Amino acid sequence: MSAAAHTDHGHHHKESFITKYIFSQDHKMIGKQFLVTAIFMACVAVILSILFRIQLGWPGESSGVLSFFLGDTWAPNGILHRGMYLGLVTIHGTIMVFFVLTGGLSGTFSNLLIPLQCGARDMASGLLNMISYWLFFISSVLMLYSLFIETGPASAGWTIYPPLSVYEETIQGSGAGMTLWLLSMTIFVASSLLGSLNYIVTVLNLRTKGMKMTRLPLTIWAFFVTAVLGVLSFPVLVSCVVLLLMDRTLGTSFYVNDAIVGSEILEQSGGSPILFEHLFWFLGHPEVYIVLLPALGLTSEIVANNSRKPIFGYRAMIGSILAIGFLSFIVWGHHMFITGMNPFLGGVFVFTTLLIAIPSAVKAFNYLTTLWKGNIRFTPAMLFSIGLVSSFVTGGITGIILADSALDIQVHDTYFVVAHFHVVMGLSAIFGMFAGVYHWFPKMYGRMMNSKLGMVHFWLTFISAYGVFFPMHFVGIGGAPRRYYDYSVYEGFDSNQYGMMVDLNVIISVFAVIAAISQLIFLFNFFYSIRRGQVATQNPWKGNSLEWTTPVEHVHGNWPGAIPEVHRWPYDYSKPGMEEDFVLQTVPVKDGEEEH
Amino acid sequence: MAGAHTQQMDASTAWGGGTSPFKVSYGKLMMWFFLVSDGLTFGGLLCALGFAKFANPEWAASWPMGEEVFTHIPFTHMPAPLIYVAFMTFILIVSSVTMVLAVEAGHRMDKKGVIKWLMLTVVGGLIFLGSQVWEWSTFIAGPDGNLSTWHDNTTLQHNCYGGVYEVVGEHEHMHTEITSYGPTLYANFFFFITGFHGFHVFTGVLFNLLVLRNVVRGVYHRRGHYEMVEKVGLYWHFVDLVWVFVFTFFYLV
Repeated sequence: MSAAAHTDHGHHHKESFITKYIFSQDHKMIGKQFLVTAIFMACVAVILSILFRIQLGWPGESSGVLSFFLGDTWAPNGILHRGMYLGLVTIHGTIMVFFVLTGGLSGTFSNLLIPLQCGARDMASGLLNMISYWLFFISSVLMLYSLFIETGPASAGWTIYPPLSVYEETIQGSGAGMTLWLLSMTIFVASSLLGSLNYIVTVLNLRTKGMKMTRLPLTIWAFFVTAVLGVLSFPVLVSCVVLLLMDRTLGTSFYVNDAIVGSEILEQSGGSPILFEHLFWFLGHPEVYIVLLPALGLTSEIVANNSRKPIFGYRAMIGSILAIGFLSFIVWGHHMFITGMNPFLGGVFVFTTLLIAIPSAVKAFNYLTTLWKGNIRFTPAMLFSIGLVSSFVTGGITGIILADSALDIQVHDTYFVVAHFHVVMGLSAIFGMFAGVYHWFPKMYGRMMNSKLGMVHFWLTFISAYGVFFPMHFVGIGGAPRRYYDYSVYEGFDSNQYGMMVDLNVIISVFAVIAAISQLIFLFNFFYSIRRGQVATQNPWKGNSLEWTTPVEHVHGNWPGAIPEVHRWPYDYSKPGMEEDFVLQTVPVKDGEEEH
Repeated sequence: MAGAHTQQMDASTAWGGGTSPFKVSYGKLMMWFFLVSDGLTFGGLLCALGFAKFANPEWAASWPMGEEVFTHIPFTHMPAPLIYVAFMTFILIVSSVTMVLAVEAGHRMDKKGVIKWLMLTVVGGLIFLGSQVWEWSTFIAGPDGNLSTWHDNTTLQHNCYGGVYEVVGEHEHMHTEITSYGPTLYANFFFFITGFHGFHVFTGVLFNLLVLRNVVRGVYHRRGHYEMVEKVGLYWHFVDLVWVFVFTFFYLV
């Protein structure tokens, strides 16, 4: 149950294939398991997005790609089935938000880096950690399985608003697919809970000697606050989801009231779908930061390391992480401005939402000031980190527009919102994840990824990502609602407006295809480098933090000898009076040397 | 700043040095954070209850009152508002006391004491669960004092805004009118939240039994500390505390 087994280093018994690669309790292996699972899920989600982008770019046209992936059932004559369009959108969103950017991002890097950077032999509980991964795996399988059932996957959007998600009679996707979605998410929350508990107590309890909270790398701070957010917000999603399950299966009416489907009045009455939105967004908004904070943490480390400068405003960074974490719990109402909310209450949510801009701006400016006059090394990880800063600022600015309840009425549920959250949380988080993979790949697999391919991957991804999401803002301002299968059937748009949407949608879809194809470069680079990459040295990026003091070959317990003692913060780059431009945290402070 | 004052639970604890800010073992800390998380689940559910009740002013007025709904004691027909649930609550709180005594006996390494008090805690939990089963099956009382269960009422013609329920008796001509106790949502929430809490009590009893088995086998005695009893104790107190809130919002308010 405890990490005890791992601490008896030196004479642990030989591990079988199963205990080493499958039911491993070693945090490094679990991190890699999360990463590979997330990469697989991301591939699925990207393919789904390409499928619905084809429909949006060339509505109603026959496509060989669609019939190849979806067959005659869901794409008769190569034309996308309407119900499946909603299913694709829903599962794309769900997989990306939860399985790639929550489970994948936090799961990979919290597992890999928390023990290594805190100086611990392993996570507090290796067993719970292993269970956490396998629950994640089961929920991934359930989610994928729902794509293959007869009535299709859940189709009410990733936010599964009732009453659409409650009644099987409304759309096909609200049948078994929806039930599977709910089960999968419940298991996912259990996985996330076990993971988060482990991360929190490991950071609090298992730090090595000398590793004060104010000497922790910002990555750890970000993971720590992320885990706290997860522990506080996911349980509310559980209550939300379980009540929905009850409505669907046991005939309660928590979320539904006086529904009429096909001229038949349904039994259930008395509930309120607004209740669902409150419960859902109480999770939903912290979830944005659960996705974003780890990416920002990884970036902090990479930007400082590759600028060869101490991170600017270390304590301000910690403060802003904490502030973002706190504020994220009191802004959920900004998703619900048009639910008939009291305008005064709306005003409160506008205020709290705009407040988030302050710590976010602190972070953005700290990145810029860290880069300022730095001795910058452009590695792929660094490029992706700078890319993150870019998309974080771009998306943040549209966020200010959406936070305003009066402006939000115009763009609510349009492609403007889609563009906003894809840029600020989708792109930023995925850039952070790529940056993390490029930077810590040598720590995971003992080999380097190809840097040239990494650069090509970055530029193609960066340009096509903006190519996808920048025009999307204009589609949204033009009035195109999200989740519509085809705009031509609505007469509300005049021909100019409609023409603009069609043209822009073609551009978006072309860029989406380019973005998807350029990920093949990453996949090739990743899997090729695992086997054939250049062998890594112990400290390839000349970093300061503890993970670079462990041997390249993984050992159980991380350090073959005693756990190193920490004497300084992790950002002593280019310190005057030092021989090299980096100083490991384990180097004692010299006489007369100031601690940063 | 070394960990001189940090309590080393035993040699096998994965302690690398440094200071734990709360000076507790990771296991206990984990339990605390889990309880915070679980507390928020219940918080979400109780907020949902409040929302359902107050979102519609009509219902807020017709929302059932605890002392009118829960008026029965098994085997009697005497109206006794809230007496039975008070008994349930009392049992649960007493079981918390016995849990405290078990933990205290653990601190003294008194194996027999731990067994005795833990066993009594399990018994308390089981009594509570049994009482809940009875309450669930009888929670709506007809006006004539006969108990009519929710299950029986599934054939009722109902009106979501409360009012009068009409039941068609066994003889088709007989119509009995019984007063309903407000919106169906009330029953939805009642069964769900007390059920969710009951599920927690059930798992608590299960954990207690597992730990009890280990205590009897002397696992913790050999280990040199009874921290596991403390951990399940935390969980048990939490379940108790949640009941206080459930009790307040369903029976008293």
